[in-house]
Amino acid sequence: MDFDLSPEQTQLKDGVERLIGSAYGSLEQRNARAAGPLGFSEKVWAQFAEMGLTGIPFSEDEGGFGGGPVETLAVMEALGRGLALEPYFATVVLGGSAVRLGGTEALKARIIPGIVEGTTRLALAVTEKQSRYDLFDVATTARSDGDGFLIDGAKSVVVNGDSADRLVVSARTDGARRDREGISLLLVPADAPGVTIHGYPTQDGGRAAEISLAQVRVGADALIGQAGNGLPVLERVAEFAIAALAAEAVGIMAALHQMTMDYLKTRQQFGGPIAQFQVLQHRAVDMFIALEQARSMAFYAAMMVEHADAAERAAALSAVKVQINRSCRLVGQEAVQLHGGIGMTMEYLGAHYFKRLTMIESLFGDTPHHLRHVGDAGGLEKWANRQSLQGQ
Amino acid sequence: MDLRFTPEETAFRDEVRGFFRTQVPAEIRAKVSEGRSLTREDYVTSQRILNARGYAVPHWPKEWGGQDWTPIQRYIFTEEMLLAAVPLPLQFNCYMVGPVIAAFGSQAQKEKHLARIANLDEWWCQGFSEPGAGSDLASLKTRAVRDGDHYIVNGQKTWTTLGQYADWIFCLVRTDPAAKKQAGISFILIDMTTPGITVRPIITLEGRHEVNEVFFDNVKVPVENLVGEENKGWDYAKFLLANERTGIARIGLSKERLARVKRLAKEMPAGEGMLWDERDFRDRVMNVEIELKALEITQMRVVAAQGRRGDNRPDPASSILKIKGSQLQQATTELLLEVAGPFALAAPVRTGELSNDWPFDYDWADAAAASYFNNRKVSIYGGSNEIQKNIIAKAVLGL
Ligand SMILES: Cc1cc2nc3c(=O)[nH]c(=O)nc-3n(C[C@H](O)[C@H](O)[C@H](O)COP(=O)(O)OP(=O)(O)OC[C@H]3O[C@@H](n4cnc5c(N)ncnc54)[C@H](O)[C@@H]3O)c2cc1C
Repeated sequence: MDFDLSPEQTQLKDGVERLIGSAYGSLEQRNARAAGPLGFSEKVWAQFAEMGLTGIPFSEDEGGFGGGPVETLAVMEALGRGLALEPYFATVVLGGSAVRLGGTEALKARIIPGIVEGTTRLALAVTEKQSRYDLFDVATTARSDGDGFLIDGAKSVVVNGDSADRLVVSARTDGARRDREGISLLLVPADAPGVTIHGYPTQDGGRAAEISLAQVRVGADALIGQAGNGLPVLERVAEFAIAALAAEAVGIMAALHQMTMDYLKTRQQFGGPIAQFQVLQHRAVDMFIALEQARSMAFYAAMMVEHADAAERAAALSAVKVQINRSCRLVGQEAVQLHGGIGMTMEYLGAHYFKRLTMIESLFGDTPHHLRHVGDAGGLEKWANRQSLQGQ
Repeated sequence: MDLRFTPEETAFRDEVRGFFRTQVPAEIRAKVSEGRSLTREDYVTSQRILNARGYAVPHWPKEWGGQDWTPIQRYIFTEEMLLAAVPLPLQFNCYMVGPVIAAFGSQAQKEKHLARIANLDEWWCQGFSEPGAGSDLASLKTRAVRDGDHYIVNGQKTWTTLGQYADWIFCLVRTDPAAKKQAGISFILIDMTTPGITVRPIITLEGRHEVNEVFFDNVKVPVENLVGEENKGWDYAKFLLANERTGIARIGLSKERLARVKRLAKEMPAGEGMLWDERDFRDRVMNVEIELKALEITQMRVVAAQGRRGDNRPDPASSILKIKGSQLQQATTELLLEVAGPFALAAPVRTGELSNDWPFDYDWADAAAASYFNNRKVSIYGGSNEIQKNIIAKAVLGL
């Protein structure tokens, strides 16, 4: 067993941390980037591409760098610490995974080089007003039309949906609203006739969009994966999403915990630093435990996200999200409380960490959603479901 | 023992309930219910409606506009107000500076201010906390130096809630730097238009302008604005903080928010049906509802004991109200956040007003996260929950 990074991975991690350290060294810098027309910096996005970050999960054949979950973990952790606004998650993790896992060779050849070069940005348009966290709950339809499709429907809270060139849209080519079969993934140009995108700021300083699709025509080559069998691809995308969010959350929680520790040692009340109060020491310890539990589960996610057994993999990633969500809530709330009033202000970086942690909880499934999944799977340890210890 | 209201109390409840729900504008109550900011006008409108009926300051002495109500009636009154999502009369006016002036102020101060405070003709804010004096309030440094008929005030206050609207600020200032901490503090009233006062906004994490920093640079305050005696300010502050406990548990507010959570959950699709159909969600709501009921009865015990004793000395059990009450307020916002689910991500594009050009299906969801974020304050201000526990450990449990 080895939890250490290889020399190459360490080099990558140091590189990203340096880049993020200079691009997001202060809250003022972040605010300036958020205020830009796209809600992030195109210059920093280009730097991501120059450093090769946008090519990490793609194989060398596909034009990428053949990185795995551990490389993504290192990147996401650093992006978390910097609260970076660039659409790495939307483009590389979400859209990129969909194309990589479901696309034909032709589609991959058409899209991936642009992602790697930083010239193509994607967004994943799957949530609908009734779907909550169920990826298979799809009311948007795609009717066959000649050799292509005609899409009608609406998507909600599409992360970075207002700055993407192309949208990965889940649509129903067959079946009823909550059928697992009959879902197709389609790559839709954001400027296709019939696509209306209404962008807005999100609670965590990023951007999202409401998107309506009215009689949007795409060709047969827009299809990602098999027609009617898009759900397995989408579920894989969600697993990669959870692994990435777990790493991002750990980056944030580690930074926020450190800030809180520093604050306890410097804030003076009652004639000394507030760290003198044992009750606050214990609360800092509880935060620390929650952070380390989350870190372990982020490693578990990296380990399991390419596991071959689909059922085990799905349960594992759901378990990861449960722990991450719980740690996000505890660390975020306690950090604000231990800071007192200052933790409640827009001027304080810690408050922005707290907000992002809260939003991570509601991305790709909240705690009850994933607890149910783990429970439906009978837990994580298969042997525990057997009748007796004999015959294992 | 009888936990039920008497017929008279029930009649009183129906009367105030009817008043709140018919006389206070529905738009203002909707903003409160949805956790959106109120404008200065909203506060003024609502408080003047209450005041016209003698409802703005029922807990004040009768000669200054108070009502001869029993503690139970006062309790019913406040809870019904919260349940109807009526904005509480401005706390700084009605629960803080008003009672202090009524109890300790000069006759001139009473005549000058009390009626205007009750009617919100004067807007007051609270200048207690400083950058270096939060939980340790008695370490405050703002100085007031006597100079003939005036005090010259220098220093800084912070976290001044709604100070941007204020005409007056009541401050704790240090008048005797030689005395030990609490002993050298005075309570003074300062006109916000006095030269040398600067108000700077602090934006809270959900993006609202609710609090401020207030700077004092050689501000000249007439000596007649001192409340009570010089260097006795700490006693008045303690009186004020004890008064602040009235309704601090905000049970009515939590109940109202819980009702809203249920209503929204019944309309929020989840799985085959609605979120409310899901057993585990209902369990989580019930956990909060049950604790709220227990706290409600705790609060009524406190109120009844007060009525029996016939005084306003806080009951030891009342210390529980702030802690549990704030936790439950926060728990209800967590439930709201859960109902909003993935849609909580959207930020408040609208600030206070409703508009029709928002393409979002859940036009309340943008306020869900904002309420959750904003309500983190309730375990910090008015004596943080850690400080409250210290008090209970010492004063109640004798540890
Ligand atoms: C939204 C908001 C509105 C406010 N409005 C007003 C207002 O209108 N007027 C006004 O005067 N003030 C106002 N306050 C200030 C408020 O009263 C203070 O924030 C509060 O007293 C805590 O002080 P602090 O923020 O400096 O935190 P600190 O006192 O620095 O506390 C930091 C942390 O240390 C803990 N701590 C401190 N001492 C101890 C101890 N002895 N034992 C254990 N733990 C301890 C605290 O509980 C907290 O978790 C407001 C605050 C907020 C957030």
